[in-house]
Amino acid sequence: MATATAHHGAHPTGISRWLFTTNHKDIGTLYLWLALILFFVGGAMALVIRAELFEPGMQIVDPHFFNQMTTMHALIMVFGVVMPAFVGFANWQIPMMIGAPDMALPRMNNWSFWILPFAFVLLSSTLFMQDQGGAPSAGWTLYPPLTIQGGIGTDFAILSIHMLGISSVLGAINVIATILNMRAPGMTLMKMPLFVWTWLITAFLLLAVMPVFAGAVTMLLTDRHFGTSFFDAAGGGDPLLFQHIFWFFGHPEVYILILPAFGIVSQIIPTFARKPLFGYNSMVYATASIAFLSFVVWAHHMFTVGLPLAGELFFMYATMLIAVPTGVKVFNWITTMWRGSMTFETPMLFAVAFVFLFTIGGLSGLMLAIVPADFQYHDTYFVVAHFHYVLVSGAIFAILGGAYYWLPKWTGHMYNETLGKWHFWLTVIGFNIAFFPQHFLGLAGMPRRIPDYALQFTEFNQWSTVGAFLLGFAQLLFLYLVVQTIRSGKKASTQVWDGAKGLEWTLPSPPPYHTFATAPKVK
Amino acid sequence: MGITRIKHVTGAITRLFLGISLWSVSGLALAAYELNFQKPVTPIAEEILDLHNLIIIIVLIIFVIVFSFMFYSIVVHRKSRGYKPAKFHDNNTLEIVWTIIPFLILVGMAIPSTATLIKMEDTSESELTVKITGYQWKWRYDYPDHDVSFFSTLSTPRDQIENKTAKGENYLLEVDNPVVLPVGKKVRFLITANDVIHAWWVPQFGVKKDAIPGFINEMWTRIDEPGTYRGQCAELCGKDHGYMPIVVEAVSQQEFDKWVSLQRNKAVAAQASAAQKWSKAKLMARGKQVYGQCAACHGANGEGVGPFPKLTGGKITTGPVADHLKIVIQGKPGTAMQAFGPQLSDVDIAAVVTYERNALGNNTGDVVQPSQVKALR
Amino acid sequence: MARKKDIRQNNKRLVQKLAVVALAMFGFGFAMVPLYDVFCEITGINGKTGRVDAQAAAASKVDKSRTVTVEFTGHTSSGLPWEFKPLRKKIDVHPGQTVVVKYYARNMSDEAIIGQAVPSVTPGQAAEHFNKVECFCFSQQKLAPGEVKEMPVQFVVNPGLPRGVRTITLSYAFFNMDKASAKKYGAKGDRASNRNHRHQVKADPVVASGG
Repeated sequence: MATATAHHGAHPTGISRWLFTTNHKDIGTLYLWLALILFFVGGAMALVIRAELFEPGMQIVDPHFFNQMTTMHALIMVFGVVMPAFVGFANWQIPMMIGAPDMALPRMNNWSFWILPFAFVLLSSTLFMQDQGGAPSAGWTLYPPLTIQGGIGTDFAILSIHMLGISSVLGAINVIATILNMRAPGMTLMKMPLFVWTWLITAFLLLAVMPVFAGAVTMLLTDRHFGTSFFDAAGGGDPLLFQHIFWFFGHPEVYILILPAFGIVSQIIPTFARKPLFGYNSMVYATASIAFLSFVVWAHHMFTVGLPLAGELFFMYATMLIAVPTGVKVFNWITTMWRGSMTFETPMLFAVAFVFLFTIGGLSGLMLAIVPADFQYHDTYFVVAHFHYVLVSGAIFAILGGAYYWLPKWTGHMYNETLGKWHFWLTVIGFNIAFFPQHFLGLAGMPRRIPDYALQFTEFNQWSTVGAFLLGFAQLLFLYLVVQTIRSGKKASTQVWDGAKGLEWTLPSPPPYHTFATAPKVK
Repeated sequence: MGITRIKHVTGAITRLFLGISLWSVSGLALAAYELNFQKPVTPIAEEILDLHNLIIIIVLIIFVIVFSFMFYSIVVHRKSRGYKPAKFHDNNTLEIVWTIIPFLILVGMAIPSTATLIKMEDTSESELTVKITGYQWKWRYDYPDHDVSFFSTLSTPRDQIENKTAKGENYLLEVDNPVVLPVGKKVRFLITANDVIHAWWVPQFGVKKDAIPGFINEMWTRIDEPGTYRGQCAELCGKDHGYMPIVVEAVSQQEFDKWVSLQRNKAVAAQASAAQKWSKAKLMARGKQVYGQCAACHGANGEGVGPFPKLTGGKITTGPVADHLKIVIQGKPGTAMQAFGPQLSDVDIAAVVTYERNALGNNTGDVVQPSQVKALR
Repeated sequence: MARKKDIRQNNKRLVQKLAVVALAMFGFGFAMVPLYDVFCEITGINGKTGRVDAQAAAASKVDKSRTVTVEFTGHTSSGLPWEFKPLRKKIDVHPGQTVVVKYYARNMSDEAIIGQAVPSVTPGQAAEHFNKVECFCFSQQKLAPGEVKEMPVQFVVNPGLPRGVRTITLSYAFFNMDKASAKKYGAKGDRASNRNHRHQVKADPVVASGG
């Protein structure tokens, strides 16, 4: 063992350190930086959308470019920001939390990361092919036959989705192998931190659905160029088949984007409440049942396509059922806070905002499950508001909270708490101004994915745009804060947070390049 | 890089946004806005609104109860107030209770939802059938029982969209040919699409259904009040997805019958007028009107826009008449020039071709008659 | 050391298993195609109709106690310059009765074009009980320039049709089978529609009425 450590000890520096690294901490850092960069790229696209929607009429872009923006914004935020950020957290935290020296498959780990930058270059390059039809513009859901009409950008997008899929599947395999095989002695499954649990379940979801998505886009590709007609009614196919396959992937994908967030929040709240997580076992079971249910609710995205009555009823009931385990989680978080001894540093602020705002998204999700009402909500801004409450104040807030929570551990420096609080409040205010009015827009009848709108929608759209710009520019503060923390900042202690529990807090801040070369004993 | 500087910058940004938001509020205080669904005018839309209101109330009550615990805790259970943390970390009774209670609430919500849904899906016993076909980017309506059919296209002028003139009251929600339906009758819609998936939605009716190429869907409505109701395509269908509105005129049965016979007469008149010989002046006047559709790409004066060819002195517009007609009727492969044959009448095509050959700086002197168009179809 | 070796072997075995799962799920994506077809046939989703041979149709018992209205409609998809319509808009039939109706098609272009009709029946629960004996949609149809064709559909409504269904609508969408030709006659594809950045909006309302 000692020789092995010595061998690994001499690691290269400079660019080759990052290119050839097999170290989980380096790879975690790479994932997190990629996510942060793409967060600004995807965010800039969102601001193009919101700027165009500030007023009725076309001012800044044309409708075709607008559609490219909505499509690319979604693809980048889902596959380029939230997923890589969670994988970055997994890389940094899972080995440190279960007492493993590294991920189970370090070389594959390098691979799964370095596929990503190429995939996103491929995807983004389509924006510079405006004469060939530009970037994909049929929405991130890529529904045929509209996708079949797309230009070469669609093919680039399909290829980049294949690459992302390979990366995610390799990453998922790595996470599963690490968690199942690399735990320190005494670290039983039911002693694992909840973040590790949620990632284990997420990894199984990824493994199950990313290949299905890859299959679906492959069929799109062959329909486009090789004369098949999987989704073309003329050749005996069915455009709805794509929607079924897509959402069979798409709904579990939604949970891929939120389960690790549940995990992060479940780490943060007990720390700052100075009280153990309430209902650990039920948290694990709730996560597992959410994951399981996610496979049998896909058609709730398709209530208006003309499903038979029995189908609509089944998918309505199954979807409503998801509210039960999700509710359990929310109750557990609040009960964890109950009679704690709370302080509200930035990570806790984001966690509390997560619980509150994610629940708004969860409850509007429950409303969307009610089929008759969904006929009114479907494809309106109500849906846009719903999934931004789930994904921004859900996934992104958890990511930001998690970043503040572990940044001192990773960098060895304390971040600037005042700036952190500024960032939090600007983000939370900007977010709500941007997205809360969208509920009303949807109810009043504004369809989603339109570049221009009728006059009665003007006021709320203006609010939304102002909020979006506030939200967007507030993130520059975060970027500044991260750089500042890395470069300067007070030295952080080993414990960092006085209420923090777990193996990672037994390591120095920053942890040495190789940790837990000898497995710790877990009582 | 001092903190003060950052504070200064953030302060400036905050002030900027505060300014923008105040301005937007004052500027739009007059604009009417809704916080809930548009006023329902069908029994189903009414039921959906009731269901929606019921669920919102349930959801709000749950939300307030749950989060009053959280905020109480946030205020009281603070370290800064010297609160000592409790040690508990589970409680089976509590956990079972908060699994079962939400479940029961959900059952309570599912019952009325199911009842409404069953009604929505019952298309039997309808009194009128209208077939809706989605096109990129317009709607076609067929009344199979009355031999009436027409396209319905956005009628908002381009100048309003491009902010050159003030926007009208029904900006983007107005069409050339609205759908006319009788009130108090159960109307069944058959819905399909010609190219990609669209969705037909009129919020006040509470109906929305996807139009899928190759497949047929159905839905129904019964409108209680006469009036004009507006909606939009609800499924992303490409570039002009935002520009294919729906306008429904709900009228009494007598007025509906009158409208039907008017449509029929119009069709007959169109045929008759296609058979007769048209004067150049009349063709030019009509052609100028029809040319509005061409101006989007070819320019208001035939100057061409971006990659789209100019018509002034163009090869097609000054070449043989037959070639010109063919391109208008059949479109040009591999370009955005679509086939206007199925969309325009013989008279319209004759008129627009005559116009293009004798206006926009062209002067060929050719007069194209509807009969020539008919012969080429 | 022994532990490390064990872990490596465990990892290898686990990775192999998980890779198989991933590949299987990729296959499952494709398996959903036939699965979906079977599912649709059983449930009648999407109005996929059934087919029976003439003998079976003749053998089915006619239920004179019920009358069902069958409506006909049809349209061409973009890219097929044909006129296409049912010659009869609706017909009342008894379940079990074999009926023939005709559709009319005319090629309005000056080229021979091959089309394929795709049937769809609504309501969905009627689709599985709507059986065609003979149909122009069973094969591709070729029309010479200007050719007019009357095309028969022979069908029987299965007496097992649920009682609640009193109206069935049979719809055909006719597609141009040659993609190049379809594009020529207006089907949008590839760059054609996307390059057109300008919105297509009429300056003035134009009456488009037809028969």
